[in-house]
Amino acid sequence: MIVGFLFIALISAFVWSVIYGRKIIRTEKTDAVFGNPVRALGGWHWVIAGVSTILIFWFYFSWDAARSYFPTAGNELCQVAKLNRTTNPIRSVFPLDNRLIQGTRLLKRDYLQIDLLEKQLARADFNDADKAELESIVAGMRGALAAQADPSLLGPAIAGQFADIAARINELVKDFSSDGYPGPRDEAMHAKAMAQPGWGETSVELPPLPMTDRGRKFAAASLEMARISKEYTAIKNQSTAVLANLEAVQTRYKTFVIDETGDQNAVAGRRLLLRQIDKIYKRIDDGKIFPREVTEPIEEALIALDAENKTQQGSLRYINVLAMPGGEILAGNNACSEQGSGRWLPKPSDTLRTFVRMADPDQGYKGFPLLWYKMKPVAEMIGFIVPDWIADLVPGEYPRHDSEGNIANNLKSKVYNFATGDYNSFSVPIPTGHIWDSIVRVLTGLFCGILLGVPLGLFMGLSRFAKGFFDPLIELYRPIPPLAWAPLILTIFGIHDDGKIFLLFMVAFSIMVISARTGATGTQLSKIHAAHSLGASKKQVIRQVILPNSLPEILTGIRISIGVCWGTLVAAEMLAGTTGIGFVENVARKQSDYEIIWMTILLLGLLGLIFDLVMRWVINRTIPWRGKG
Amino acid sequence: MSDLVADNVNMKFAMPTGGVVHALKDVSFTLQQGELLSVLGPSGCGKTTMLNIIAGFIHCTGGSFTLGDHEITAPGVDRGMVFQQGALFEWLTVAENVNFGLRMKNVGKAEMARKVEEWLEIVGLQGFGQTPTYQLSGGMQQRVALARCLINDPDLILMDEPLGALDALTREKMQSLVIKIWKETGKTIMIITHSVEEALLLGERLFVMAPRPGRLHKEYRLPFAEQGLTGDPRDIKNDAEFGRTKEEILTMIWDMEEEIMGKSEAA
Repeated sequence: MIVGFLFIALISAFVWSVIYGRKIIRTEKTDAVFGNPVRALGGWHWVIAGVSTILIFWFYFSWDAARSYFPTAGNELCQVAKLNRTTNPIRSVFPLDNRLIQGTRLLKRDYLQIDLLEKQLARADFNDADKAELESIVAGMRGALAAQADPSLLGPAIAGQFADIAARINELVKDFSSDGYPGPRDEAMHAKAMAQPGWGETSVELPPLPMTDRGRKFAAASLEMARISKEYTAIKNQSTAVLANLEAVQTRYKTFVIDETGDQNAVAGRRLLLRQIDKIYKRIDDGKIFPREVTEPIEEALIALDAENKTQQGSLRYINVLAMPGGEILAGNNACSEQGSGRWLPKPSDTLRTFVRMADPDQGYKGFPLLWYKMKPVAEMIGFIVPDWIADLVPGEYPRHDSEGNIANNLKSKVYNFATGDYNSFSVPIPTGHIWDSIVRVLTGLFCGILLGVPLGLFMGLSRFAKGFFDPLIELYRPIPPLAWAPLILTIFGIHDDGKIFLLFMVAFSIMVISARTGATGTQLSKIHAAHSLGASKKQVIRQVILPNSLPEILTGIRISIGVCWGTLVAAEMLAGTTGIGFVENVARKQSDYEIIWMTILLLGLLGLIFDLVMRWVINRTIPWRGKG
Repeated sequence: MSDLVADNVNMKFAMPTGGVVHALKDVSFTLQQGELLSVLGPSGCGKTTMLNIIAGFIHCTGGSFTLGDHEITAPGVDRGMVFQQGALFEWLTVAENVNFGLRMKNVGKAEMARKVEEWLEIVGLQGFGQTPTYQLSGGMQQRVALARCLINDPDLILMDEPLGALDALTREKMQSLVIKIWKETGKTIMIITHSVEEALLLGERLFVMAPRPGRLHKEYRLPFAEQGLTGDPRDIKNDAEFGRTKEEILTMIWDMEEEIMGKSEAA
């Protein structure tokens, strides 16, 4: 319902913004010449047009719009798919989807094999009598194959089976077209069908039981068709006459005695040819070739069924083609599923619902919230910061238990308890969750990279030694894709945070070194001269002139680092780990959970955008002089 | 007394191509405290090299500069420098630029604020203390540079084409400011310029330098700077003596340029 309104609103917004944009362009034409960058300023209407285009495509190709406007279409198309599925075994015999009827196809294939066999026989090393006998056997095979197409040999029993099946399909078509079919609905079944989870509500994408009268019709027809198909596939062209032909050939080549004289290769060639004859015989005796005449009534019945199928679908066909692009609904044994874009492009409303469900801290993903807080005692945090060996410095011995099993605390053990956080204290809220873990990893890696990279970069920009000494090291490891390090680093550090942080540190470090170095070497000489003649020491020149002068490059470096770290982190989390956005996506991938995959993708994009916006804001605030010096 | 004494200064650069450029050859002079010296010369005559040596940014290969009792070996606060483009620190405000030298010496806040006020007033920038320098015009930036240099109370002020990038009107105002500061503070000032007129207006003494090798060619002692304190600079420019000297120097530099062109053509 909401999706329906939203879809119309999006289309209106798109149309409005395009019309408005056209109007602005018309006035702009008189304002500024082409190429004037002022013309590209502003333009919220085009942002609206762009965003609504994306959303319209998403709603349309994910079939969310179709589901919203035609909520029962999915269930009905599922019943249609069931009928198609059960018709298929017979359908595939006739040239409805294929070009050739099955019998023609098989005859062509088998004649080709026999032709090949004749050529092999002509080249083969047999004595004249044997060769003549074998040629006669092969000719007999050809005859037995051709005889299967002879209606006079078919016999009345099998012909009767064909007639019966054609009649049953025709009967079904007649029933199918009548309004009453398949009789009054079973209220219990109907209640059960209506109680099914809706379209897209569970991992079973479509409710399989028919919920509408039209659906019931198709479901009933599909059941009948399943029975007919089963009977049809059981029919084999094995009338006494046909079997007699085949067996005569088989007896002849089975009793054929291979001439064992001559060299080994010739004997082996003779054996091979006999095996070849056996192989081809086994192909022609499976009884799937029938006289054309007996199957034609079935073909006609099927065409009638197809026509009735379309008639009964009615408007559903147009919904299927127009509102559900890029795929179709297919039926399996027990369930139906969306195929194509309806499958891999999850519906926006489902994605949002999944996100809301996962955002609930009690749900989370794999028992861990996306982003929430937990209470943590202050003692634990102090214990983390204060090193344990402090207690070792306190004079005295750690207490030991006495003969009554009592343990007396002394100063040393009290300090030890303090250093390990083993005492009662109040708790403070600490953020936690998959998103938080990812952010902390990125920021920690980045922070370490800045902390070490910027001083080294400045040093390299100022010292011939540092430039020469560190340049090969950094230039050698910088071009290596960060993910190439991942297996090594994750093996050394383990799957916990420290490995990932180290990987991100490596990524950020080289970028920060290079940007700080560029900044330092880019300082105007006259500014350094000025600082010197104003009495600045070396340290002051670095702190007061070179560092601020390099800030634009350093901040740009940080901005780039965040982006690259973000990308590397997700990949690293996919390799190993038990938390983080990349972990969520990887688990969802293993379960083919398209909704969660898309949700993590959108989440990553959003967080990356937020990081970048923050950095842009910081850059504008801290270096307003950039490009104006 | 803090006189600047040049004693037979030589400066040779080794070229990457293998040759040696004689940038300064046997330069000797004495600049007494309180004198205003302008240095003229065609491009490549070693003016800026000489200034950089005096400032202590580079070392001469022979001879020495002595300021007062000390030989010049490194940059120091006794020599202030004003650059062509101002070389202001654009990440700092006007006041922070001006008090840069004081901050390097850890002067107290109150005194620093008082001095900054004082100098901003002298250069005519009262009330601009909190303005970021990148928002200032070229003339104002040069005033900040002047104040930044003078607040350190140097014995010698070195100016490397300080007014070169300014428009004519601003330039005239700045020339008056330089003369005013020179007279009021009694500082020794050495100013490099490309403009003969400016050199004549500002210079109490004037060196004309010749190129290849860079050397002192001719020295003048001029009355115009003194006159500029009281008189209108336009009247001075119309003075016959001013015009005659200007013609003479222009011809001299013109001839040098001709000679260089001839040399390079012959080579």
